[in-house]
Amino acid sequence: MLLAPLLALGLGASPASAGVATLCLAQPGQTACVSGTVGNRTNPVEGADVVLRDEAGTEVNSITTAADGKYSFQVTEAGNYFLFVDPESLPDDVEIIPPAPRFQEDDGSIRVPVKLGRTATPDLEVRSVDYDAEGSGFGEQIVQSIAQGLRLGLLLALASVGLSLIYGTTGLSSFSHAEQVTLGGMVAYGLVNVAGLNLWIGILLTTIICGATGYVQDRLMWQPLRRRGLGLTQMMIVTIGLALAAQYAFQFFVGASQQKVVVRTFDVVEIGPVRMTDMSFVAMGVALVAIAVVGFVLLRTRVGQATRAVSDNPALAAASGIDVDRIIRFVWIAATALAGLGGVFYALVVSNGIRWDTGMQILLLLFAAVTLGGLGTAFGAFVGAIIIGLVVELAGPLGAPGDLKYAVALVILILLLMVRPQGLLGRAVRVG
Amino acid sequence: MNEFLGILDAVVGEAISPDTAAVAIAVIGLNIHFGFTGLLNIGQAGYMLLGAYGMAISITYDIPLAVAVLIGLVVSVLFSFILGLPTLKLRGDYLAIVTISAAEIIRYTGRLAAFEDFTGGSQGIFGKDYQGPFMDLSFFGSGSFDLLPLNYRDAGGGAGLRVVGLLVAVAAVVGIVVIAKRMKSADGQAPKIGTTATPKLVVAALFVVLFLALFFSFPQTEPRTSVDGWWVRVVAWSLVGVSCIIVFLLVRSPWGRLLRGIREDEEAMRSLGKNVFAIKMQALIIGGMFGALGGMVYVLTGSVQADSMGRQLTFFAYTALLLGGAATIFGPVLGSIIFFSARILVRELSGAYVPNSIMSTQQTEQFSYVVVGVALVLLVIFRPQGILGDKRELRFHV
Repeated sequence: MLLAPLLALGLGASPASAGVATLCLAQPGQTACVSGTVGNRTNPVEGADVVLRDEAGTEVNSITTAADGKYSFQVTEAGNYFLFVDPESLPDDVEIIPPAPRFQEDDGSIRVPVKLGRTATPDLEVRSVDYDAEGSGFGEQIVQSIAQGLRLGLLLALASVGLSLIYGTTGLSSFSHAEQVTLGGMVAYGLVNVAGLNLWIGILLTTIICGATGYVQDRLMWQPLRRRGLGLTQMMIVTIGLALAAQYAFQFFVGASQQKVVVRTFDVVEIGPVRMTDMSFVAMGVALVAIAVVGFVLLRTRVGQATRAVSDNPALAAASGIDVDRIIRFVWIAATALAGLGGVFYALVVSNGIRWDTGMQILLLLFAAVTLGGLGTAFGAFVGAIIIGLVVELAGPLGAPGDLKYAVALVILILLLMVRPQGLLGRAVRVG
Repeated sequence: MNEFLGILDAVVGEAISPDTAAVAIAVIGLNIHFGFTGLLNIGQAGYMLLGAYGMAISITYDIPLAVAVLIGLVVSVLFSFILGLPTLKLRGDYLAIVTISAAEIIRYTGRLAAFEDFTGGSQGIFGKDYQGPFMDLSFFGSGSFDLLPLNYRDAGGGAGLRVVGLLVAVAAVVGIVVIAKRMKSADGQAPKIGTTATPKLVVAALFVVLFLALFFSFPQTEPRTSVDGWWVRVVAWSLVGVSCIIVFLLVRSPWGRLLRGIREDEEAMRSLGKNVFAIKMQALIIGGMFGALGGMVYVLTGSVQADSMGRQLTFFAYTALLLGGAATIFGPVLGSIIFFSARILVRELSGAYVPNSIMSTQQTEQFSYVVVGVALVLLVIFRPQGILGDKRELRFHV
């Protein structure tokens, strides 16, 4: 803290030849400073006219920035001041990023509350003019959101198909499935980022390791619990406990901050109006292939037939010679492996890294997808996941602020349950 | 030894903290839902958040405290209707999914910047904005003091005396367990007239001894009224007591037997001509009101912050409920106290005795939660009825 004014002194002294007050030291009870950089430290904007006005609208001072983009004003009264950057003085292709609404004034200036003895540093970052959050390309924006929605939907589908299969064969709503997703990202972080493995080998190994956790879980926990005849509600609470333990175990071993699976950034590819990283397209492709394989196995192979039989009626399946325990173990392995694979790609392309609560944040989306499609139907889960993905990504441009886009998905879920409780592809069963 | 006594100090402090009482009230509500009626409500934190918002926002608009509390309760009743109408006729899973989703929707909405004027956005409503009316009610005066007319601080003077107190407490626990076991084994035989009341009285007396021994061996100094004071504690725990009495009266009434009937066999109840849907709805509403009340107490010492009442809190509530024993009167209270103080015990013990090279201070916090999660798993598998519960009452199949 003590160094900060000295640093400002050193930085301010060199371009002081321009004659502007680039140095300001706030003295308690007497003066205050409004200072900062137009642009940012690595890309400052030269020659921008910065004007400071007081509450009455009279100009306090104005500065034209030098090569370092810095401006600094000294004021002697506390209160609200208004900082204005003349758009004409900026280079043609950039504009000031508008501040948060409560600091924004109608004439395009920024409200700066000033206290004596303090230095206020309002943000005057710039962005290129052709960046548009909304406006000219509303249609383009919708297309972009649809593409992102498909991406999110496909990755959600990887996890929710497994969740649905587990529900179908065992009747268990597994709350720890989201932690399986996080586990995928975490293992990939360990293998690729920490141990330095090739990304693709890392992804493959992660999928195998996650599948192994499913095997171990079923072997050590779920199968014995099924044999003991533990109720489904109790088993569900067991998964809640597992999820809790897993979340804090992630924090214990990896820490609470976001970790990247790979350090480098991916190239952005433009196809028509859609701009996404090349990795996003790869992720969508892999997800599609994986889900297609699951579909093929379910429909065309003996194991798949047996799985569907167990889903329909475990007792009848057992009576017709199907080894129900073996099928359920197969389902656990497939479900956890798919969740792990989904977790890696989610960390790579959607959340830009993995954190202990990454999975927890999408748990409800998974449940929404599974319920929407119809509890226990694998293809329903796929359809549901795509719909939820689209809803979440489209909610933003269509007017849902901030995190509410997740809430929108849940509202849709609740509304659907009112009219069609069995889900989109489920069969109606009379209850009560 | 002093270090260990210091740890026990922290544990007892957590056990009687108003937050523990607040969660206990919410767990009492959850017990009506889950323990007695078999409704799988995974959104109890949503009820708490609604109650807290209802009360705090009302007070910031200068509405009297009593009315503000009422508003919080009414909001929770409306929430029950919205949740219950579409789902109570469906299978139990649907209520689970809808309650957890609805609780999250409330949390997301509360955090929205658009409602910052009401809810304070993600920062929440600060305590000083709504604590005033509650603190003004206090007749405890100000300043810090030792509760009860006895000279509380002096009783906990020397380490020797405190160790004696600790031994008395352990003896009381052993006595309670022994008598409870004997009562249980005697249950099977024909009851002898006149002998049933005595052991119960002895158990009650032992509980009082246990409480006094712990309380006086590990003195807690609190300010009387300010944010974290005795006044809040007394009110919070009185509310816990009142809630227990209400639940006791409710479940031994004919209506309470209907609840158990629905939990055991809905079809049978329906065939007897009972309106199962209406009774489930009543249970949902009453349990939800306790949840809202718990939420109001929960925010008395802190601030109303949406993220502090997320899914995690619901999961803690379930752990506390199962630990104490579902479908019992005192289970929720006992479970909450043990749950919170045991977590502090694990954290402090691993902080004090595990070297920093193995576990940093921050990691002890996370380690304590890992232990909580694993404990929940083991508890459900090996002792699903919890400490006080009856295994025969636990065939809940939702």
